[in-house]
Amino acid sequence: MTMTKAPARLQVTVDGNEAAASIAYRTNEVLAIYPITPSSPMGELSDAWSNRGRENVWGNIPRVIEMQSEAGAAGAVHGALQGGALTATFTASQGLLLMIPNMYKIAGELTPAVFHVAARSVATHALSIFGDHSDVMATRATGWGMLASNSVQEAHDLALIAQAATLESRVPFVHFFDGFRTSHEVNMIEEISDDEIRSMISMDAVLAHRNRRLDPDRPVLRGTAQNPDVFFQAREACNPFYEAVPDIVQATMDRFAEVVGRRYHLFDYVGAPDATEVIVMMGSGAAAAEAAVDQLVARGRKVGLVKVRLFRPFSPEALVAALPSTVQTVTVLDRTKEPGAVGEPLLQDVMVALVEETQTGNTSWTETPRVIGGRFGLSSKEFTPAMAAGVFDEAAKDDAKRRFTVGIVDDVTGLSIDYDPTFEVDGKAQVRAVFYGLGADGTVGANKNTVKIIGSDTDLFAQGYFVYDSRKSGSMTTSHLRFDPDPIEATYLIDDATFVACHQFEFLSKVDVLSRAADGATFLLNSPYGPDDVWGRLPREVQQQIIDKGLSFHVVDATSVAREAGLGQRINTVLQTCFFALADLMPLDEAVAAIKGAIAKSYSKFGDVVVERNNSAVDGALAGLSTVTVPSTADSSFTMRQTVPADAPDFVKRVTAMMLEDRGDLLPVSALPVDGTFPTGTTQVEKRSIAVDIPIFDPEVCIECAKCALVCPHAAIRLKVFDKAALDGAPDTFRWRQFRSRDMDDALMTIQVAPDDCTGCTVCVDVCPAKSKTEVKHKAINMEPKADHLEAERDNWDFFTSIPEFDRTVARTNTVKGIQMLEPLFEFSGACSGCGETPYVKLASQLVGDRMMVANATGCSSIYGGNLPTTPWKTDANGRGPAWANSLFEDNAEFGLGMRLALDSEKEEAHRLLMELSSDVGAELAKALLTADQSDEQGIADQRRRVALLDDVLEELDTEPARRLKAVTGALVRKSVWIMGGDGWAYDIGFGGLDHALASGLDVNILVMDTEVYSNTGGQASKATPRGAVAKFAAGGKPTGKKDLGQIAMSYGNVYVAQVAMGANNTQAVKAFAEAESYEGPSIIIAYSTCIAHGIDMGSSMSHQKDLVDSGYWPLYRYDPREADVGKHPFRLDSRAPTKPFREVAMQEARYAVLSKVNPDGHDALMDAAQKDIDDRWSLYEDFKDLDRVQATQEEGE
Amino acid sequence: MTADITTTYCGLELSNPLMASASPMTETIESLLALEEAGVGAVVLPSLWEEQIEHEAMEFQRIYSLSTDQFAESLSGFLPEYDDYGTRTEAYLEHLVEAKEELSIPVIASLNGTTRGGWVHYAKRLEAAGADALELNVYLIPTDPYATGADVEQRYLDLVEAVRKEVSIPLAVKIGPYFSSLPNMARQLQEAGADALVMFNRFFQPDIDLETLEVVPRVRLSPPTALLLPMRWIGILRGTVPLDFAITSGVHDASDALKALLVGADAVMMASALLRNGPGHVAEMLGEMQAWLDENDYESIEQMKGSMSIGSSPNPGAFVRTNYMKMLTTYSTAP
Repeated sequence: MTMTKAPARLQVTVDGNEAAASIAYRTNEVLAIYPITPSSPMGELSDAWSNRGRENVWGNIPRVIEMQSEAGAAGAVHGALQGGALTATFTASQGLLLMIPNMYKIAGELTPAVFHVAARSVATHALSIFGDHSDVMATRATGWGMLASNSVQEAHDLALIAQAATLESRVPFVHFFDGFRTSHEVNMIEEISDDEIRSMISMDAVLAHRNRRLDPDRPVLRGTAQNPDVFFQAREACNPFYEAVPDIVQATMDRFAEVVGRRYHLFDYVGAPDATEVIVMMGSGAAAAEAAVDQLVARGRKVGLVKVRLFRPFSPEALVAALPSTVQTVTVLDRTKEPGAVGEPLLQDVMVALVEETQTGNTSWTETPRVIGGRFGLSSKEFTPAMAAGVFDEAAKDDAKRRFTVGIVDDVTGLSIDYDPTFEVDGKAQVRAVFYGLGADGTVGANKNTVKIIGSDTDLFAQGYFVYDSRKSGSMTTSHLRFDPDPIEATYLIDDATFVACHQFEFLSKVDVLSRAADGATFLLNSPYGPDDVWGRLPREVQQQIIDKGLSFHVVDATSVAREAGLGQRINTVLQTCFFALADLMPLDEAVAAIKGAIAKSYSKFGDVVVERNNSAVDGALAGLSTVTVPSTADSSFTMRQTVPADAPDFVKRVTAMMLEDRGDLLPVSALPVDGTFPTGTTQVEKRSIAVDIPIFDPEVCIECAKCALVCPHAAIRLKVFDKAALDGAPDTFRWRQFRSRDMDDALMTIQVAPDDCTGCTVCVDVCPAKSKTEVKHKAINMEPKADHLEAERDNWDFFTSIPEFDRTVARTNTVKGIQMLEPLFEFSGACSGCGETPYVKLASQLVGDRMMVANATGCSSIYGGNLPTTPWKTDANGRGPAWANSLFEDNAEFGLGMRLALDSEKEEAHRLLMELSSDVGAELAKALLTADQSDEQGIADQRRRVALLDDVLEELDTEPARRLKAVTGALVRKSVWIMGGDGWAYDIGFGGLDHALASGLDVNILVMDTEVYSNTGGQASKATPRGAVAKFAAGGKPTGKKDLGQIAMSYGNVYVAQVAMGANNTQAVKAFAEAESYEGPSIIIAYSTCIAHGIDMGSSMSHQKDLVDSGYWPLYRYDPREADVGKHPFRLDSRAPTKPFREVAMQEARYAVLSKVNPDGHDALMDAAQKDIDDRWSLYEDFKDLDRVQATQEEGE
Repeated sequence: MTADITTTYCGLELSNPLMASASPMTETIESLLALEEAGVGAVVLPSLWEEQIEHEAMEFQRIYSLSTDQFAESLSGFLPEYDDYGTRTEAYLEHLVEAKEELSIPVIASLNGTTRGGWVHYAKRLEAAGADALELNVYLIPTDPYATGADVEQRYLDLVEAVRKEVSIPLAVKIGPYFSSLPNMARQLQEAGADALVMFNRFFQPDIDLETLEVVPRVRLSPPTALLLPMRWIGILRGTVPLDFAITSGVHDASDALKALLVGADAVMMASALLRNGPGHVAEMLGEMQAWLDENDYESIEQMKGSMSIGSSPNPGAFVRTNYMKMLTTYSTAP
């Protein structure tokens, strides 16, 4: 294939975030930010540039500060603007919503600023990290200008136009582009130089902004409170500024065209000059619509597209000017939904504009064209040329739907329109490649690299877009790469690939990878089987597609090549090389040189050995690549795996299975809940089977400590104590031992792995203290190849689950063994392999899961806890289990507190009604219900029995008060409210609310899973990040110490406070959970949670905690106000004085070790300071140990 | 007349035979300068461990790649990126270059490789970075019952030969004492291209933690008795094999150093004594050695070096088995 392109200006290969941030950074002085997907990379890049001393176009190094929330970031932005600094921020979704109050202020004060927004769905019935315009549309009323970019290049260009225009107009701007589709698309753009930027920005305007700053040398006052006499008039005083904006923006665009060469208008029209049907829209979907317009116009259709650039202030004149005079139907597409509105925002603006302009006679037409409106693309739903063509078809109908949706099937309200999915456009990129990989195998990184190589070393254009699933372990990635001699503007996924690569052999049985292959495509498979053996190992569906589509089929044993090169599981270099060898984008020798050049560029900062090993993988790849001769028949004895078991619940089979099969897009509206309510316990149907090795139990060696079950992050290894009789029908391979117990003579116990749910993290084996007396390395559980045990362990697991659960009323729930006899009601989550948080969550679910309400802060725990397709919270045999909800990131403590208030209110109602109905119910039962001791499991069980009796009686009574009581009898059984989240929530964004919950005196249990960093959004520093550790926004090592959240909580005196580290002292952790739960006031547990962000071997996730405690870094303690009540010291220090230097322990974590290499002196100084922190805190705690506290009783308080 | 205390070792002219061997003392420029100030004749920098360098580089790269491009919300990984992770060979080489720039005494680089290619590759880079000589810190613990003594010896010889072929600076080989015939091994090493032997390598010794039942490496500073083993063997080899010798365990004071020189050491390396007593110890020792030499009318170190080796001592048999007999007969359990 020969592909050439015209020589262009300086081309760089970047994603949309970098394209926008590059301008924001170079044109500002202060950037106050807070991480939120998908905008985080803009802040991170800025921070990295600032750390490296990169200057803005005026020679200053911008200051970048991470705040405690977006509200905080907006406040800091506002302050910096008032101080006269050129200031910007980056955000999305809920983050933008938190900025709204300040946005009103900043606009009200006519202060130039730009917020760059990677537009993302706002959480409604569910959270979504993906792209649509619901966030930016929520800011319409703030008075900010709004500029929309539709592509990576535009995100670069309009960022500058926004910056220049805000300075000239004094109206602040939201510059937005689509989250993920644009923010994360890697494409080639022409970079704007510093000189060009300087010639775009008016220095007079910059100085004018400076001169408006607050300055004690010429003081003014802003932020007055105004009264009815003047507020209104003062509010109207800004009008001239808004009226001037459209002209200023157009003039800026015109200047941009002169300086840079690319021309934009407030509304850009493409299509037939005499179009009758025109779509008006903004965002990345416009590229798909444009492709459809080109195709349809070529076919003779009279269609066109208006791309909206300046949405606010909306210029009706400019819109009318952009529309062809022949237009008959204007179809406005909104990427947002406003339930209850007469129409979505763009539709409303366009409608009003057209009607008014027509009425005023400013148009070439006399009758307002028909305007209809559709919604598309919510939460990054695909929007393709075929859908756009469907929209034109709809618009052409006389009875077109006035309101519609496109891209889904709405079988409830019938709003969706049909389209022809086979609609094809010309001019598709010549090479269209799709790669299926595992997150951990480096596929995406290699593909980004490939895009860069093609961009820099050939005359071709290249584009990359990447799709990730929502699990944090064993996640699948899909890469969509396009290469072509012309610039690539397609903003939709590839479904007719000329090249498909499957980087993991097992995917073939689970995912229909060849569905995206075009006829005659090339198929590359990473296969442990060679060209002569592989055919019979493919599922029959895969064989059939290879034959039917006439695919050219190639295999390479990338895993072996990588291993031989010393690269372990990183197969990316091998497969990248094979792609170049097969795709023929450039001569092979040049490609190899380019790959090796890229390897040197990426890896030489780590050392020669990394470069050498990757280079040897390149050579090995070429030697190992072979072509398969495709037989003429599909003769495999097996087919692809069934996604969910045949006996799965109906919802799972109808809905969940579709999502698991990557066919969720096909689900109609009716398949989904109307209000975001989902059944729990669905992870159990998804047998992901991602472990290579699994733990196998040796009953001979076991000492029944239950540590393995306690620490398992995925509840995939369980302990069960059961009666001998239950052994009937056990598979021969089922392992058990006599249970050592004084009370239970005939009891047996077992430790069982769920082989398809284990992630192979090895934490259980690491903590197992039972070692064979004759061979110390052999423990009571040992990692063994899953393949050797899978069938047997599947049977054993099924049998295990059939054994009745242990009786809760006799379990000693404040001991490790006792609590592990109970069923976890949180299992098989998508958390990282070795996750340090989930064992705590699981522990809570064992303790009180059957009467638990969970308020979960947004973050890792809400993702592994509540991200579809499957969720880990489940029910017990009685159908009881944790009731879970996620509100927001910032409000979780308040959310949980509200749950408590509701429960208390219901209980009060139940008590009142019960007393009222006492004689009907029976005085004895009523009294027993009202005075029940529910302090232990027996008490709970007794109360449940009474409630059941009561329910029967009430059923019988069937009076109005009886029915009212029946609705709340559940509240008579003690409920446990758990407020859970990470340190980003507890220490930073949600601290105010957390503090309020602690101060409330109400019975809530707060679990802070402290990973000491924003784990979910990629490792940004929080106030929990320790001194000396590196993190995003703390690249030089965090210079300040960690906040002592426990001390703050203890200052109240009536709050139960525990600091725990399960891996260091599991007994203390279990006791703390039991005590916190039993304390009828606010409790907080601060739980050390090892995280992959620490850069440690997650297999030692738990044992490492012991070292941290031994160093005094993480003292274990419990503060129990009940002790003070009885005249004892409430503070109990549960760990011993430090015995290890912190530095020694810290160096086991890359977050400290990396600084020792990168900046040894800085590291030394910080480690010395960190040691001082530890010594100081220890001596404080030692003193605290002996302190007497007196707590005023509730009555005294009243 | 003051005795001349200069010596030659491994082709280098040293102002005196006291050297700082590879230890934390030679890790920083600050302590290297202190050692020079105190008078050491030469320094050996800590070993460049091929295995460690490669392990660190691979680990850092792994940790960075582990968390990158996997989760939609944290694609750039969890740790901030840097231009240089300090895991490159350059970090070691920079230490060598800086030591060469700051010090006027000879600087010997030490290398511990794991692969033949690695030995040669890193040896060349150390030479290019300006090392005055190279010490090959060979560390082979045979565990294969089918590997013969000759096989193991051949591995030493192969790598010395391979390195010799590629570098021209003097080569010292640091070995352990566990050879059936040390003199034969020494001869073979000399023929393979070694200029000096450093005796002996004190391997890390595995110990057992009774609480955890784990094997833990134990590092202890060398006791004074450690001197006796290398002293014997230098005494035997001196004059037998045309190599220079450095003694490297058990020298704690001036008398130890003098004894080592008398049996035939060309240089005396210290680590434990310096770690215990600080660099100033060198100056003290030098003073005492000078005094002893002067008192006993030695003209120079060169004169006394090897004057009590097996070929030159009045009772050569003492270097071998009889030594044992004599020791037993001097003890008596009788009251």
